[in-house]
Amino acid sequence: MTYQLETAAHPETLRRVAIDPVSRVEGHGKVTLLLDDQNRVHQVRLHIVEFRGFEKFIQGRPYWEVPVMVQRLCGICPVSHHLAASKALDVIVGAKKLTATAEKMRRLMHYGQMLQSHALHFFHLCSPDLLFGFDSDVTKRNIVGVAMAHPETAKRGVLLRKFGQEVIRVTAGKRVHGTGAVPGGVNKALTIAERDELLKDIYHIVQWSREAVHLIQKVHTQDPGLYNSFGIFRSNFMSLVGNNGDLDFYHGTLRARDDNGKLIFDHVDYQQYDQYIEEEVRSWSYMKFPFFKSLGKENGWYKVGPLARVQNCNQISTPFAEHERKEFVDYAGGSPMHAPLAYHWTRMIEMLHAAEVIKELLHDDDLLGSDLMVQGERQMDGVGVIEAPRGTLFHHYRVDENDLVTMANLIVSTTNNNQAMNEAIRNVARRYLHGHEVTEGLLNHIEVAIRAFDPCLSCATHALGKMPLEVELVDVEGKIVHSLSRS
Amino acid sequence: MSAPVVIFAVGNPSRGDDAIGPECCARLEAWLDQEGLADQFELIEDFQLQIEHALDLQGRQLALFIDAGANTPGPFTFERIAPASGAACTTHELPPEAVLQVYVQTEGEPPPPAFVLCIRGEGFELGEPLSGAASQHLELAFGLLTGLCQQAALVVWEEKSGPTKG
Repeated sequence: MTYQLETAAHPETLRRVAIDPVSRVEGHGKVTLLLDDQNRVHQVRLHIVEFRGFEKFIQGRPYWEVPVMVQRLCGICPVSHHLAASKALDVIVGAKKLTATAEKMRRLMHYGQMLQSHALHFFHLCSPDLLFGFDSDVTKRNIVGVAMAHPETAKRGVLLRKFGQEVIRVTAGKRVHGTGAVPGGVNKALTIAERDELLKDIYHIVQWSREAVHLIQKVHTQDPGLYNSFGIFRSNFMSLVGNNGDLDFYHGTLRARDDNGKLIFDHVDYQQYDQYIEEEVRSWSYMKFPFFKSLGKENGWYKVGPLARVQNCNQISTPFAEHERKEFVDYAGGSPMHAPLAYHWTRMIEMLHAAEVIKELLHDDDLLGSDLMVQGERQMDGVGVIEAPRGTLFHHYRVDENDLVTMANLIVSTTNNNQAMNEAIRNVARRYLHGHEVTEGLLNHIEVAIRAFDPCLSCATHALGKMPLEVELVDVEGKIVHSLSRS
Repeated sequence: MSAPVVIFAVGNPSRGDDAIGPECCARLEAWLDQEGLADQFELIEDFQLQIEHALDLQGRQLALFIDAGANTPGPFTFERIAPASGAACTTHELPPEAVLQVYVQTEGEPPPPAFVLCIRGEGFELGEPLSGAASQHLELAFGLLTGLCQQAALVVWEEKSGPTKG
């Protein structure tokens, strides 16, 4: 694990190539490459050029508004923010264990979000690269091109996403700005009519999800030379796991492994996340770089999301997805798979799992219950963690005696993957661009590596002017003679 | 049974003038109730246009997309649009034309006649309220919008459409 190509020795002598914005990711990112006269690569960086400042936005607001407010941070994964915030505020209101109806309603909402997000990413954002090739005609390399060449695949992508959005609508109240989860529980249960409407389609959804896994498995295994090595780098990885080490998107404890699959920590209570994870600021990016404290910032960074989750868990609780997980693990040969393009395969396994869980939940009468809320002893500090579509999502709030939020710290999934994405594009740049003429097709290789992580850059950044910048003038004896800081 | 006209209002209410779409949607909903026209229109509010919105076009006689515009002609424009594939490479900004194109490809038939009402905004920062200029633009556009809803017919909407209004 190195930082090669992060900073060139003499950038002023090099030619700058920018991909701005990176397309088919959520939000706006920018990649800069510094090349010499022979097109040799000296520096590669993924910059975040959009910033939202939402941690400041939340401060001073009554805590019960937060689960609704945070949905406005992002148009892509509002449900993940809604539920992570609600879980943090469960701690604040002393709700140690939710009612069965409340927890299952939240799970249904979350697995609906996972289904729709994974479907959108695979069919809409990534399938053009996978089905047509990274160098294919840019005017066809989009969802409309997929729809023209593979109409049934494209239509299923639309219908899978639509179904996930319907699950969100009936559990959260609306497709956007839902109010389903509240501190201590939920404010609605499912009606019989809502349940029966979803049940009509769920069998198709499960079947289409199985076929999606088989599609990406076929694409991946037919070209192992590309898929097993493209953008590859080794790293630690982290995710929530359930009590038995199961894949669990809604709740659990933190587990981290090293690049060989050896446990770094396991079953860590996420209320203590800040004892295990630290966030580093670098001068050239608005997005922070988290790392495991025990390994330090050079060796402690990690990846999150489907590739980490599917390999971090002991098993998956639903039968079809567990079968596909075993196929994936067997293909990887018993060691962790680090290839970024394997994110797509594992993402589809997760989509299948989400569909199966939704099917199970729809047959559970607890969803129709009326016991929705619990409360307990009021606390001043709470952390909520959830496995969002793109990976582990942390919401941490501190509240004063007047019920106003005084501190918010959010580590979103894309921030957790920040260093990993940078390493992936540096690897691609070294392999495909180094010494070659830079073409649109080759630049798309870099975007393909970024898109594998499904980054959501809209909500991953911190406010301009609020980064803790520090400049120090040090004399020859190492003594600070002048310093300037802003925090 | 679908309402004959679907109206999409797009934007994030917490991002300054990006709230134009949701603001317009809320006002329109109240106005349609008051006028007894609510059953003729389905209003769909969302942060962004996505691929599944193509399915909301099924069975409609007319479709209207309302969105805030950055650096677009003020106070608003009202134009007919056609399916187009060229710009459909991001979900972050899936334009109305691309939604129509997804409909063509998934349904295998032309989409209903569709129009865009683009109301100029000035600032889009998180936590900012609607700007004074955007409020004025919205007020002017709402006059056109109520007229469109009173006469929801293709020939009328085409007569009222053009590159720039106001």
